[in-house]
Amino acid sequence: MKRLVVVGNGMAGMACLEQILAYAPRFTVTVFGDETHVNYNRVLLSSVLAGEKTADDIVLHPLEWYRRHAIDLRLGVRIVDVDAAAKAVTGDDGSVTPYDTLLLATGSYAWLPPIAGLDQDGVFVFRTLDDTRALLERSGPGVSAVVIGGGLLGLEAARGLQVQGCNVTVVHLMPTLMERQLDPDAGQYLAGKMEDLGIRVLLGRTTTAVVGNGHVEGVVLEDGTLLEADLVVVAAGIRPNVELAYKAGLHVNRGIVVNDHMETSSPDILAVGECVEHNGTCYGLIAPLLEQGKVLAATITGNRGPTYTGTVQAAKLKIMGVDVFSAGDWSEQHAEPVRFEDRALGIYKKLTVRDGRLVGVILVGDTSDSHRYMEWLRSRTDLTAERRHLLFPPPAADVGLDVAEMADSAVACGCIGVTKGEIVRAIHERGINTLSQLKECTRASTGCGSCTSLCQDLLRAVAPEFEEEKKKVICGCVPFAEDRLREILRSQKLRSVQEVLEIYGDGVGCEVCKPALSYMLDMLWCGDHEEDRSARFINDRVHANIQNDGTFSVVPRIRGGVTSPAELRRIADVAERYDVRMVKITGSQRIDLLGIRKEDLPKVWADLGMPSGQAYTKGVRMVKTCVGTDFCRFGTQDSIAAGIEMERRFEQLYTPHKVKMAAVGCPRNCAEATVKDIGLVGVEGGWQVVVGGAAGKGVRKADLLTTVETTQAALEAAELFFQYYRENANYLERTYDFVERLGIEKVRKETVYAPEDVRRGLLDRLRKSKARARDAWYEGQQPRHPTQFIPLVPLETLA
Amino acid sequence: MTDHQWIRIAASDSVPLREGRLVRLADREIALFNLGHRFLAVDNRCPHRGGPLADGIVTGASVVCPLHAWKVSLEHGGVERPAGAATCVATYPVRVEHGIVLIGLPLAATCVVTRRSKGEAA
Repeated sequence: MKRLVVVGNGMAGMACLEQILAYAPRFTVTVFGDETHVNYNRVLLSSVLAGEKTADDIVLHPLEWYRRHAIDLRLGVRIVDVDAAAKAVTGDDGSVTPYDTLLLATGSYAWLPPIAGLDQDGVFVFRTLDDTRALLERSGPGVSAVVIGGGLLGLEAARGLQVQGCNVTVVHLMPTLMERQLDPDAGQYLAGKMEDLGIRVLLGRTTTAVVGNGHVEGVVLEDGTLLEADLVVVAAGIRPNVELAYKAGLHVNRGIVVNDHMETSSPDILAVGECVEHNGTCYGLIAPLLEQGKVLAATITGNRGPTYTGTVQAAKLKIMGVDVFSAGDWSEQHAEPVRFEDRALGIYKKLTVRDGRLVGVILVGDTSDSHRYMEWLRSRTDLTAERRHLLFPPPAADVGLDVAEMADSAVACGCIGVTKGEIVRAIHERGINTLSQLKECTRASTGCGSCTSLCQDLLRAVAPEFEEEKKKVICGCVPFAEDRLREILRSQKLRSVQEVLEIYGDGVGCEVCKPALSYMLDMLWCGDHEEDRSARFINDRVHANIQNDGTFSVVPRIRGGVTSPAELRRIADVAERYDVRMVKITGSQRIDLLGIRKEDLPKVWADLGMPSGQAYTKGVRMVKTCVGTDFCRFGTQDSIAAGIEMERRFEQLYTPHKVKMAAVGCPRNCAEATVKDIGLVGVEGGWQVVVGGAAGKGVRKADLLTTVETTQAALEAAELFFQYYRENANYLERTYDFVERLGIEKVRKETVYAPEDVRRGLLDRLRKSKARARDAWYEGQQPRHPTQFIPLVPLETLA
Repeated sequence: MTDHQWIRIAASDSVPLREGRLVRLADREIALFNLGHRFLAVDNRCPHRGGPLADGIVTGASVVCPLHAWKVSLEHGGVERPAGAATCVATYPVRVEHGIVLIGLPLAATCVVTRRSKGEAA
């Protein structure tokens, strides 16, 4: 077996090695990587910085893979010399490794422009996982960050830092952002979107120095402007790592020069990836590198034949909510531009057509058609017949048509490099029916996610029993499914309704989405967020239930339905003092005082001296109880104590819809626990915890979640379900719809049967929310706003 | 504007952003809204069942009645939802002077029935 030494443990090198290994084994392989990590998806570092992914999520080849292929992996060793005559490489650890064939996949490095003071502590580049970790460590609320460079990487870094809480300014040398990928108009759209996100963008400005006293304090621009900074990220472009190629005596221009077979000027050395220059071009994006790897694998294994002829470059900005795509040659010289723009929606699209064929495309604000355009670019399709609907294709009558038009060899997932053919094969051979199975099996759609809809179309067309993951958009103002929206709010660290609407919606919102967003923010941040009362229904602004005449009803909390003569006396006094129109025993074992004027609410609450019963909100309404072992001859459990304790643990919290509960001491079920959202049913020797019951518009018997021996265990099971419902149900989805949608087996698996850390997480978040929650009726004494409960009193009266 | 009598109501921060408040002026009940860059005022009674519009959720330059979700324009008083409801509420001119909001009462109350397009000032 021949010895193959690979210098570089990055995406291009390992993708290529994977191709080489797919041929019959003919090498003993040694891989050197100067980073100390296994091969990861460098493209997704910005997602790690933005908190959307963890370092583990982006691993492409785990250690196990290297072991399985008997690869000698040397991490943390930088190759510093190549002796092409002796055919050996020298590492910075002093090791000398001989080779028969050498594969250079050295990638590139972050270029540092001539700016004084870049050696200060606090100046970073954004190239590796270690860089990313360092940035994560140094960033946070109150930290000022300046990003030098408004290209793809610089903008992604800027957003990531901002998500971590930094105040971010991007300083860009050129007059528009991403000028290599976008024309000036598109660049302006993009700048507007970045500014909307709250990132300051300075264009056409040269940075001359980074100043500080050993540690960064600021950045000086050519015009003398001083920007304060605790953190500076330089993202001014990349340069191929060619030093070793020089030492090996290879032909080098900007990159290591290779021919169409990926051979260098030396017969025993091949090169692939960002370090390579092919036909005058160095590539910095992933798709071309994967194509090069396939050709190189054929050449190196003695199957010399396939050639690399260059790649149409395509770039996609990975900032959630800022869709930008660019490919090919979009300059309007010698080409016919086709444009569409809508300033209000922030959508800009431009195609360039030459000789009836697409040569370039720019999409901002809506990149849903990028795949279609990419295929046109790759295949150089004659578009004469399509000319009238290039930007707005007529709706396909046949949903499978789009995918049917794709060639098997067409790349469906550009990040991982999976073709349509491979996906179709996987669907057939492995019986795949869902998107998550497809992801697991082929890794397609696990990168940037832009091919998700394409993968779904493929599944729909090919898989015999495709299961659509049903998703309802919350409303037209913020057109996202709720689970997606929760993910966005969490990862983008959005903490106010208006901010969400401005970045991801129409900037206005309505009575449907505003309360839903309010709930999501409250749940996600466990109450640690800016509550915007204007986004909530009147009931949640004044903590009482509005009636048909504009007055309100007041229901004090009576835990477990157990009250006292003193409380009843106070309630009676209040009812008389404020001319309450009706005092009513509710179906929930509570007392309702109806017909109270808004301005009287604070006084009523003070006179009652009881906490809010939350009868007006999507929250914890009550726990009904039977008398249980306290009095009942049949009681087997102390349902009153259990019910009161359950109410204490959940009260004051908001939920997707109202939550009504009950605890009964025996299966006679006197407080109807089996038709409640959560019910505790006492049995001999323990409790049954039941969930998802209903006795409203429809009647549904609750499902058994679990059977436990102690009251503590029953309460914990209820807590697990309660928090799980809070985190996963759609707004206004009652538990009975939620349990039915998910199926009780799944609910059990993810609550009571979940691994210890998952259960701990649910309980911790519940405790955190609970610690911040307080009785809403305190606002009677400390109003949130001076006129919260009262009409405005005019400064002058009518003449 | 000679056909209005301007009444000084309250400091502009008396109404939180994107919320409404009730103002009683003689026998009128007026809902005053703070839209950030301007204030708007309409009669506080929803033309449907008399719901208190001041308690509604603001969406753009409209308010959604808390009782049955009728949507009423704050600019021209027209009903925007349900479609085809041929009623409206009275609107009142509002201006802010030295941080004080003033409402203009018509010398003869009018009900603007003509619909105007969104964005056009009432």
